[in-house]
Amino acid sequence: MTTEHIVVVGGGMVAHRFTEALRARDTEGRYSVEVLAEEPRAPYDRVALTSYFQLKSPEELQLGDPALWHDPLVTLHRDTRATGVDRDRRIVTVDGGREVAYDHLVLATGSYAWAPPTPGADLPGVFMYRTVDDVAALRGWVEERRAALGRPVRGAVIGGGLLGLEAAGALQSLGAISTVIQFADRLMNLQVDEGGGEALKRLIEALGVTVRCSTATQEIRAGKDGHVGSLLFADGGEQLVDVVVFATGVRPRDELGAKAGLEIGARGGVVVDDACLTADPAVSAIGEVACIQGACLGLIAPGNTMAEIAVDRLLGGSSTFPGADMATKLKLLGVDVASFGDAFATTPGALEMVYADPVNGVYKKLVLTDDATTLLGGVLVGDASAYASLRPMVGAALPGDPAAWILPEGSVEKGEIELPDSAGVCSCNNVSAGAIRDAVNHEGCHDLGAVKACTKAGTSCGSCLPLVKKIMGTELEKSGIEVSNALCEHFELSRAQLFNAIKVAEVTTFSEVIERFGTGRGCDICKPTVGSILASLYNAHVLGGDRAALQDTNDRVMANMQKDGTYSVVPRVPGGEILPEHLILIGQIAQDYGLYTKITGGQRIDLFGARLEQLPSIWKRLVDAGMESGHAYGKSLRTVKSCVGSTWCRYGVQDSVGMAIALELRYRGLRSPHKLKLGVSGCARECAEARGKDVGVIATDKGWNVYVGGNGGFTPVHAQLLVEDVPDDEVFRVIDRYLMYYIRTADRLQRTAPWQQEHEGGLDRIREIVVEDSLGLGEELDAHMARHIDSYEDEWKAVLNDPERLKQFTSFVNAPDQADPTLAYVEQRGQRRPATPEERAGGAVLIAPSTLEVRS
Amino acid sequence: MTAVPATASSTATVVCDYDRLTPELGVAALVGGEQVAIFRLADGSVHAVQNLDPFSGASVMSRGITGSRGDVPTIASPIYKQVFSLLDGTCLVTMDKSPKAGHAPDLVVYPVTLDNGQVIIDLAGSE
Ligand code: SRM
Ligand SMILES: Cc1cc2nc3c(=O)[nH]c(=O)nc-3n(C[C@H](O)[C@H](O)[C@H](O)COP(=O)(O)OP(=O)(O)OC[C@H]3O[C@@H](n4cnc5c(N)ncnc54)[C@H](O)[C@@H]3O)c2cc1C
Ligand code: SF4
Ligand code: FES
Repeated sequence: MTTEHIVVVGGGMVAHRFTEALRARDTEGRYSVEVLAEEPRAPYDRVALTSYFQLKSPEELQLGDPALWHDPLVTLHRDTRATGVDRDRRIVTVDGGREVAYDHLVLATGSYAWAPPTPGADLPGVFMYRTVDDVAALRGWVEERRAALGRPVRGAVIGGGLLGLEAAGALQSLGAISTVIQFADRLMNLQVDEGGGEALKRLIEALGVTVRCSTATQEIRAGKDGHVGSLLFADGGEQLVDVVVFATGVRPRDELGAKAGLEIGARGGVVVDDACLTADPAVSAIGEVACIQGACLGLIAPGNTMAEIAVDRLLGGSSTFPGADMATKLKLLGVDVASFGDAFATTPGALEMVYADPVNGVYKKLVLTDDATTLLGGVLVGDASAYASLRPMVGAALPGDPAAWILPEGSVEKGEIELPDSAGVCSCNNVSAGAIRDAVNHEGCHDLGAVKACTKAGTSCGSCLPLVKKIMGTELEKSGIEVSNALCEHFELSRAQLFNAIKVAEVTTFSEVIERFGTGRGCDICKPTVGSILASLYNAHVLGGDRAALQDTNDRVMANMQKDGTYSVVPRVPGGEILPEHLILIGQIAQDYGLYTKITGGQRIDLFGARLEQLPSIWKRLVDAGMESGHAYGKSLRTVKSCVGSTWCRYGVQDSVGMAIALELRYRGLRSPHKLKLGVSGCARECAEARGKDVGVIATDKGWNVYVGGNGGFTPVHAQLLVEDVPDDEVFRVIDRYLMYYIRTADRLQRTAPWQQEHEGGLDRIREIVVEDSLGLGEELDAHMARHIDSYEDEWKAVLNDPERLKQFTSFVNAPDQADPTLAYVEQRGQRRPATPEERAGGAVLIAPSTLEVRS
Repeated sequence: MTAVPATASSTATVVCDYDRLTPELGVAALVGGEQVAIFRLADGSVHAVQNLDPFSGASVMSRGITGSRGDVPTIASPIYKQVFSLLDGTCLVTMDKSPKAGHAPDLVVYPVTLDNGQVIIDLAGSE
């Protein structure tokens, strides 16, 4: 068999998918592929372009395994633009006149960023937003202008769609002030309805971005220096700008196809049939350049589908384009927006079910069939957490009351959804629930990494990952395959199993633990876990015995490591109540050691930039004054936040500060699977935000309500009511048992919220165990907590009293009087902070560590 | 670990007593201007690698957690938790991150010799 030669014009995302899929499926080597790419780099992840600003190098945007380009049957030409196609001779001409012959030609030339004809659009300082080169130039310009102007750069993005909002976020992350100029009457008008647009605008403005809707830009005017200076609007308004980004849409790059006499769609694009073939059977078009079923599709999902179809057809298959899923989710940090299916309720008889909370910028809408059962589409703004579950349900009946999906968490019980096999789960890569089940059941993929590698689900935008994981878990469970709970390669046991094993065997050292229950030498996963279990069980000093070597980064020196290897010290301020002399002491320490100070989100003061060898002397100052350092580290109790309560507040009904102090002193030092935070409010106004904590205590006229399982962080959850109107001693007893039971049974790094959700029988079952004592565990849990409280010691003071442990707090074993010479700082707002690599390289004024010695 | 007298090479530096090292707990040392992280493992062997963590740019490797991957003794960075072989410095787990600009992902390994209860590091023999 002779090898046929395929030439792909365009080196974008879809060209990559085509090449990858062809090489994966053409196992006999029927085809060789030559990719002609105009950009100077291998295909990269354009969808993630905005993350360029956070990346070290463009290589991090690389798509897939770079080994693809070294495959003997694949040739990639960068910096190579195709200029013509001769279909009779089956030849592509490239820049410089070279001719490349093909047996089959694939056009994957994508789109270009389009800007409406606007006078001044060619001025220096006006940018497009499509390629790595575009964003690199944009970044360079913003940085250069900031330096030249000596003030924040004023930026404007013309276009308020998905891309425009991403670009506005990018401008902001570059330190520029950003305004979005939108021609339509609302942001993202193609995806969200009026209500959604309003909520979205509020969220975007909350990020500090100014939004101008219904505004047409008439002209871009130059400033005195010949660069962009201002925008002139059709309504006569004007705005000063130093940089302008156009995000006004894209147009297919169909010029090659047009020149070659191929049919072009009414709105552009090379016309193809459902097999992605043009009228010339030797020419296909895929991705954004293709006009398929009458339209060019500006998303990666349909592009990837076309690539797969083209490959399938070349290999003799008969797949056809199924139509596109245009569901979208905005990837802007901190703003949740998603729209899917029939978002504008254009289906005859469609019902709209809307929940809006304008104060918090939440707007959710479900579009349902006239009998309110089948999901047709929806818009989610401000909280799109249901997107991954809902999108694949389009066209199917929602179990239970559909309102549960849009009302605040917990107000109505949600039905369990079992997705049909045909439901699309990952829209970026067009992977169905069935394909994931198949990978789990027939391809031996038993963990998330394997499922991702095998199906490609979750490998692009990642928004489907929670769902992929859930489907995988359900399948594994069904087929009786045990989901491995092994801690790591050294322990087969889960954390809860190991906890029990250690407790029953009464072993107290890591060497005994690994000898009896594990293999090898341990690692950075199991060592801290065992360290934490030993601490929960015996409450002996974390640096005692052989335990220092088990502790994670921060526990190891009992302070929080910062990015430059120095530490922060956060003195304990129980309940947030502090004596003026202690406040002064903290300030004094900061001054003496030149530490950066900041009030934390947990009602205490953080002192940053202390070197390892300085920690003991800082602790000593605190201990001498009757304070202690605090746990801002450790999977342990952090803070108990309080409001002022009845002692001062005119609404308070109980002494919330007193309660918070009592709780903090009771549980300080308690090691647990993950960190623990508590809060106490003096009345139902909840000024301490106690329901955002693992345990929240809220005063009532009759006593206290105790809420459990709240979480801030990545997946916020409100705590749920455990007991009502109980007196002080009952508060302690219930919390003692709840925490101890959590400590014994939770997984490694599992916070109370997910633990409680995943616990068999949920909170009701936990209430039976810890309040009603249905397992008869109560006394044991009480005794365990009592042991902890009685054996608490100030762990920092203990180190000060132990010369052996103090030895660890040395900069260099052979030069204990020298500080880490690589530390470098610059001044910012009157304090110091670590210098950036650029500042170091540029020789910006640095404060070397030697000038930071203790002054006393 | 062959016992070579401290005088065998002019670039060799005596760093500390072997007894000063606690099993499985690293220390940092300044050797001819270079920062070196030194580990004494439970089996008695001593290993030395660069103290600079290529993924964060901070000089902190001595404060990482020792362990093993298969038979290879390892050290994990205390900052972003990359794992490196203590035998040849290879980065075994990148945590899907790339090193800071200008740094290779692998650590430089320095030969360690023990002589008369003293730990000696030779910068010239690094690989
Ligand atoms: C200092 C502080 C920020 C500030 O300047 O205000 C802070 C700083 C850190 N937080 Fe936090 N968090 C701080 C309050 C919070 C809060 C607000 C609160 O406690 O009221 C939250 C959300 C509430 C919650 O935890 O549910 C919070 C959610 C997180 C999370 C996400 C946890 C999650 O469940 O998703 C992490 C990551 C983790 O723990 O794995 C984190 C981790 C961290 C770490 C420890 C990251 C690290 O390992 O270096 C930061 C180091 C602190 C340091 O070096 O001193 N921090 N962090 C706050 C310290 C409060 C204190 O006095 O202890
Ligand atoms: C900032 C940004 C964010 C995005 N976010 C999302 C998102 O969240 N979700 C989503 O689905 N989509 C998103 N997209 C759109 C997505 O990137 C595109 O749909 C996808 O890249 C299309 O792939 P393609 O291969 O068809 O075209 P492209 O990726 O544009 O690739 C075409 C390539 O062909 C080259 N080329 C053109 N003509 C020639 C020629 N004559 N000779 C040689 N080479 C040529 C071009 O230089 C280009 O490199 C985003 C796009 C951008 C810019
Ligand atoms: S929660 Fe109640 S007692 Fe506490 S400060 Fe607010 S209003 Fe006052
Ligand atoms: S939906 Fe984007 S990666 Fe799956």
